[in-house]
Amino acid sequence: MNLALITDLHANREAVESVMAHAEREGAQRYAFLGDFVGYGADPGWVVDLVRAEVKRGAIAVMGNHDAAVVKGPTPTMTAPARQVVGWTRDQLNGAQRDFLASLPLVMTDADRLFVHANAFAPTEWAYVLGRMEAIRSLHSTHCRFTFCGHVHEPKLFHLAPTGKAGDFTPVPGVPIALSPQRQWLAIPGSAGQPRDGNPAACYAMFDTGSATLTFHRVPYDHEAAGVKIRAAGLPQSLAERLVDGE
Amino acid sequence: MASDASTVAPLSAGQIIEGFRLEERTHQGGMASLWRVSSVAGNDALPLIMKVPRLRGGDDPTTVVGFEVEQMILPTLSGPHVPKFVARGDFAQQPCIVMERIAGSSLRERLDAAPLTIAEVVKIGTKIAIALHDLHRQHVVHLDVKPSNVMFRPGPDGQIGDAVLIDFGLARHAHLPDLLEEEFELPMGTAPYMSPEQVQFVRSDPRSDLFALGVTLYHLATGARAFGNPSSVAGLRRRLYRDPVPPRALRPDCPPWLQEIILRCLDADPNRRHQSAAQLAFDLQNPDQVVLTDRAERRSRHGALRTLRRWFAALGAQPRERWTPSQLAARSPIVLAAVDVAAATPALLQAQCQTVQRVMQTEPGARLACVAVMKTHRIAMDEPMESDGSSKHVNLLVQLKHWARPLVQSLALERRDEDARVTFHVLEAADVAAAIIEFARKNQVDHIVIGARSSSMLRRYLGSVSTQVVAESGCNVTVVRATE
Repeated sequence: MNLALITDLHANREAVESVMAHAEREGAQRYAFLGDFVGYGADPGWVVDLVRAEVKRGAIAVMGNHDAAVVKGPTPTMTAPARQVVGWTRDQLNGAQRDFLASLPLVMTDADRLFVHANAFAPTEWAYVLGRMEAIRSLHSTHCRFTFCGHVHEPKLFHLAPTGKAGDFTPVPGVPIALSPQRQWLAIPGSAGQPRDGNPAACYAMFDTGSATLTFHRVPYDHEAAGVKIRAAGLPQSLAERLVDGE
Repeated sequence: MASDASTVAPLSAGQIIEGFRLEERTHQGGMASLWRVSSVAGNDALPLIMKVPRLRGGDDPTTVVGFEVEQMILPTLSGPHVPKFVARGDFAQQPCIVMERIAGSSLRERLDAAPLTIAEVVKIGTKIAIALHDLHRQHVVHLDVKPSNVMFRPGPDGQIGDAVLIDFGLARHAHLPDLLEEEFELPMGTAPYMSPEQVQFVRSDPRSDLFALGVTLYHLATGARAFGNPSSVAGLRRRLYRDPVPPRALRPDCPPWLQEIILRCLDADPNRRHQSAAQLAFDLQNPDQVVLTDRAERRSRHGALRTLRRWFAALGAQPRERWTPSQLAARSPIVLAAVDVAAATPALLQAQCQTVQRVMQTEPGARLACVAVMKTHRIAMDEPMESDGSSKHVNLLVQLKHWARPLVQSLALERRDEDARVTFHVLEAADVAAAIIEFARKNQVDHIVIGARSSSMLRRYLGSVSTQVVAESGCNVTVVRATE
């Protein structure tokens, strides 16, 4: 089964539309949304509705820190622009949309796959998996062979051997990677709605559960249009600019 | 039957694994055993073997991770220079890889017969270099090139055919995670063949494979090991600063050009080796075009002072920039300029010269092969035209060099050092287009720059060489027209 892994959508309708269309062409049969559906972008309502509709059709969705902030108020560590957007986003969402975000679980598992926004060792504390140490900590906290998470916006693949040795890898878009059954894997597809690795194209990944093959994808989209909407909504200029630079 | 150290149940003929029946064990090595197998479904398109790792003590990382790496990389490879992947078995049940069985023999068998004739050494080297180029183009560095990992498909008339590279347990795929990177504290490879950069833990440089091929050719040509068979890291590091005994000191009839090629492969600095396997194959196939440096005539190793200097330099040395295999192959293309020096108009010759200059300028690692074809008549074989033919040949060569002069000067292609970047070839053939296409295929040419006949009358009468080259050659072709 082809499982599309989409994370950090950040209310970017243009990016999400392009990613969904690409995933459909690639034969996606199921979707997993790894959190942060809102924040930064100008279309929170549209993105929440899309995820909600997909969840009704069997998709997996977990809560991200931006989703939690809209429901419960911003956390102390959030940056100033992020806080400003949290308040604005809250006003944009209707009751049903807010209820949906509030109802999201922090962690979901399905067979040998674990889905979480930030990490598996302390999902509520939103610590980033930035390197091998955090990846090892996260993989040690689960028996699942595969962990899929977001929060970090750059695509990355970590692996942990039974010998305790871990490695990391920056994926090449479009190259299928057969994930060896001999080790545990932690994959970060990269942000769909706000890429930060210098490439403005939206990120997502496709996992073939039968052959345990993972393919990272980059999807170009109209980031100019998404930026225009951010400015028009009166949100911080920097959020529009970083979509252009992908940084 | 299996060794008593084995932790899995011993395998026996008749057993069925992953839908394949074990027929006969054909090899028992330290790391794995090989079984001739056939699929239970009985629809095999190819003769098959199954490779089964020997898991010693259950937890030997060398075997386990190496096998994991091979299971990951082999399925991504294709073409005649690798065994075709068929299936793999999970570690949870019986780890195995089922692949095409190569009918020919391994080069290991010829090693005992070394020194071989120079012609055989060159033929073997060419075939392996072509196989390595194909592998590098698929983003993979083998990192364990040695005679026992090279097989030859049976060729016509009992000759050896294409080289096939086997055992990808140490290989590195530039687009896939490197599972071995963190696994070991010691350099990985086979001691006699390991490149200096592998000794320094670099696992991504395709030129490491050229070093290993150089060690192989050295052994085949002289019967001796270039760097011995050290068993310590200090012993392995010696190749960073100590050069091997020149092959001609051991084998006086080794031609200078072959010593030049072998010692270039064995240079401790990958930047001073051939920059792609295709360029190495090119030199082996065009010995008269190899530029001879002081390497070619060297009769003894460097003196103590120079070795000491290199020893100091190697102490803190870190390998320099890294290239992925396919990047390097793309950075070091072979460009073929097919020039009709005898018949093309001056305007076309000039236009072609400018186009070639632009192509060469974009890639500092590019090599240029200038080719003119001397048209022979199909039935003229026994006509007394020898002297006439040879003067025609020389005349074409002179014109070809004259044509290339502006290029050679402006691009500094002919510096008198090792990096000869331009070669000249006059081919004799009845079919001009076929000769160009064959030369390009044989020499792994990436890009052909050819002129188009200007007169449509002439084209209609003679047919278009460039059209045939575009249609039938496997590489990029630029057709140049004179704008008059």
